[in-house]
Amino acid sequence: MDFSDTPQEAAFRAEAAAWLQDNVPTAEELAGLDDIAAAKLWQKRKYDAGWACIRWDKQFGGRGASPIEQVIWNQEESKYELPGSVFLIGQGMCAPTLMAWGKPEHHERFLPKLASGEDIWCQLFSEPAGGSDLAALRTKAERDGDDWIINGQKIWTSGAHYSDFGVLVVRTDPNVPKHKGLSYFFLDMKSPGIEIKPIKQLTGGANFNEVYFTDVRIPDSQRLGEVGQGWQVSLTTLMNERASIGGGGGAVNVDFAYKLANQVTIDDKPAIEDSAVRAKLADWYVQESGLRFTGYRSMTAISRGSDPGPENSIGKLVGAPKSQAMASFCMDLMEMSGAIWDENLSKEAGIVQMSYMGSPGARIAGGTDEIMANIIAERVLGMPQEPRMDKGIPFSEVPTGN
Amino acid sequence: MNFEFSDEQELLREQARGFLGEHCPPSAVRAVLDSEADHDSDLWRKVSEMGWTATVIPEEFGGLGLSYLELVVIAEEMGRSAAPLPFSSSVYLATEALLANGSTAQKEKWLPLLASGEAIGTLAFAEGEGRPSPKSLKTTVTDGKLSGRKLPVPDGRAADFAVVVASSDQGDGATLYLVDLQQDGVSRVAVRTLDFTRGHAVIEFANVDAEPLGGAGAGWAALNQLLDRAAVLFAWEQVGIAESALYQARDYAMGRYAFGRAIASYQAIKHKLAEMYVKNTLARSNCYYGAWALNTNSAELPLAAATARVGGIQAALYAAEENIQTHGGMGFTWEFDCQFYYRRAKLLSVNIGSEGFWQDRLITAIEQNNAA
Repeated sequence: MDFSDTPQEAAFRAEAAAWLQDNVPTAEELAGLDDIAAAKLWQKRKYDAGWACIRWDKQFGGRGASPIEQVIWNQEESKYELPGSVFLIGQGMCAPTLMAWGKPEHHERFLPKLASGEDIWCQLFSEPAGGSDLAALRTKAERDGDDWIINGQKIWTSGAHYSDFGVLVVRTDPNVPKHKGLSYFFLDMKSPGIEIKPIKQLTGGANFNEVYFTDVRIPDSQRLGEVGQGWQVSLTTLMNERASIGGGGGAVNVDFAYKLANQVTIDDKPAIEDSAVRAKLADWYVQESGLRFTGYRSMTAISRGSDPGPENSIGKLVGAPKSQAMASFCMDLMEMSGAIWDENLSKEAGIVQMSYMGSPGARIAGGTDEIMANIIAERVLGMPQEPRMDKGIPFSEVPTGN
Repeated sequence: MNFEFSDEQELLREQARGFLGEHCPPSAVRAVLDSEADHDSDLWRKVSEMGWTATVIPEEFGGLGLSYLELVVIAEEMGRSAAPLPFSSSVYLATEALLANGSTAQKEKWLPLLASGEAIGTLAFAEGEGRPSPKSLKTTVTDGKLSGRKLPVPDGRAADFAVVVASSDQGDGATLYLVDLQQDGVSRVAVRTLDFTRGHAVIEFANVDAEPLGGAGAGWAALNQLLDRAAVLFAWEQVGIAESALYQARDYAMGRYAFGRAIASYQAIKHKLAEMYVKNTLARSNCYYGAWALNTNSAELPLAAATARVGGIQAALYAAEENIQTHGGMGFTWEFDCQFYYRRAKLLSVNIGSEGFWQDRLITAIEQNNAA
C-alpha cells in the first residue's frame, strides 16, 4: 500500500505536468476576456495540443487516454488557477449521451466542436413539477410530420443563455406510466420559440435559467433513443455527472479555518487554543481527510482497471453540508464582523460569506442531500424504495398538488 | 496509485472472517457476557495457534514478521466479531511497547511468549477519573520497587505482565516499567465495566519488582508514541464494530414490517443508515491512511493516527447507538445482540483516550506539522 504511480502513470503525469507548465494561459493573455472567452481560449489551446477530453477517441478530438490518465490529468490541471469550465455539462454529460445513443453523423458533427470548446451545451431536464422526481416532468412533444413540436417549461438550466445546443427530455405520451412516456432530443438553443429568463439566486448571481418552449420544432433526426425510451437515455446523462475524485473540500476548508483561528482571539488568546474550536476543526479534518483517502481508494481501483466502489458516492453528501457548517463557524470566529460581506472589508474578500450563501445551492444541485442519502441506502445498502403513489398508473392520472 | 490491500492481505481477511465466524459467533460472545469470565480463553488459544498474536513480531523473537497491513486486517475482524479477547491489550499495547522500547533481554524474554499467546500483556496507565498527565501520576518507583494503584486496567486479571506508566523526577516526568503481575505485592480485583465481555481490573502494587522499559524520564514520550501506534489498531477494530452494527441494522430493517411495509423502506430509517455508511466510509479511508503511516513509520503518524482514531470512535458509537434505535424495543433487550456493539464501541471510545483527547491531539499534530 502506497501512493505511488506505476511507471506508466508517472511518465504520463510528467508529460501532462510539463505541457501544463508551458501552456497555462498567463494573466496578460486572459486580461480583458470575459469568463466564456477565457474558457474558450484555454479549451482551444488544449484541443490543438491533444489535451482536451483526453478519454475520447482521437478522431473526436481526444487522445484515447485511460481512466487513470484522466484522473491524473485532472489532478495536474487542478494545480493551476484556470478559467472556470463552461464545458462541463456538454463534455461531461451531453457528449457521453451522444456517444452512447447518437448516430455516427452526430458524433462527427458535434463531438469535435464539444472538445474544442467551439460549442457549449446545456441540459434541459428539471421542471417546476419535476426536480428530485425528475420523471414527473410535463413539457410535451407532439409529432408533426418529420418534426416534434415542444411546449412547456424547464428550470434550473445552467448556462442556457450562452449555450449553442441543449439536451432535452420531454413527455411524448401522458397515457402510460411516467417513466415510459418520455423521449430524449437535442436541439439548437437558437430555435424559434425558445425564451430564456435568468433566475436570480439568493447570492445575487444568476447562473441558471428558466427556459420556456412555445411551439419549438425539433427534427425527429435529433431524437436519441426510441420514442418512449427517454428515461434510459436520461440515465446515461445523469450517470456521467463527473465523478469527483480527491476533492479538496472547497475554499473554506480546515486549512482556512485553522489559519483564521490563529488570527482571531477568544478571551484574549488565539481561538485555536479553545478546546471547542479544536474539537470542531478536528471533526472537519476527519471528513476532509476521509474524502481525500476515499478518493485515493477509488483512484486505485481505476488504476487497477476496475470500477471504483460505491464509497465514492459520499462526496457531495459530506462536502456540501460541511462547507455550510464550516463557513458558518468561521463567521462565528469573527463574531459581529462575520456578517460583513464586503470585498474590501471582509477577510479574503468575503469568501467565507460567499461560501455560506452559496452552500444551500450545493446541498440541492445535482441531487439534494436527501436524494443522495436515498441513493446510498438503495443502491449501496440494498434497501427498498419508498412505496410510490404513481407506480404503474398512466401519468395523466397521477395526483398532483395543483 | 496503489492505496489498497494486496491480494494476499485480502485472502487473510477472508480467512480471518471465516475463522471468527466459526469460532467466535454471537453465542461465544454471549457466553462470556453471561459468565464471570474475563475472556474466552479457548478462543485465545485458537487465535494464538493461527499466529495472529505473532503477526508483527520479528521472526528472531518467535513471530511471523509480517507487516502492520496484515495486523489491521485482523484488527477489523476482531471488531466485527466483538471478540471477547485481550487482543488489543496484548498485541496493540504490550507487544508494541516492547518492540519500541524493550532491551534485547526484555524482548527475548517476553516477545516469544506474546507471539505464542502463552503470555498476555497489558498497559497499566489510568489512575482513576480524568485525563492523566505526568504531574497527575501517583504511581512511583523507589529503589527499584513500584507502588501505586492503576484503575481500570484492561485485561488486568488475564495479563501475566503489565507495562506500567509511573512518575519520574527526571526528563519528561514519567518512566515505563515492566512489571510481572504474578508476584507477591500485586493484588488484582475485577472491575465491572459497561462491557461485560472484556475483563478489567484494579491493580494495587505494593513495593513490587519493576524493571525500566526504555529510558528513565523518557516514559511520557514513549507512551505517546505507543498511543499513536495503538490508536490506528483500535480504530480498525472500531471500523469493524461499526460495520457489524450497520449491517445488523440493515438486515433487521429489511425484515421488520410496520404499517404494512418493511421499515427499511422509510426514509427516516434509510437516511439514518446512509449516515452510518458515510461515517463508516470516512473512518475506513482514514484508517487506510493510519495503516499506511504505521506501516511505513511515517512522520505523519501522529496526524494519521488521531484522524483514524477520531473517525473510528465516531463511526462505531453512531452505528452502535442507532443500530439499537433501528431495532426499537427489541434492541434494548438482553436477548438481542445489539448490546455487544453498544458496549464495545463505548468501551473502546474511552480506552487509550477519549474523543476529546484525540481531537486535541489531531490539532496538535497539525500545529506541529505547520511549525516544522
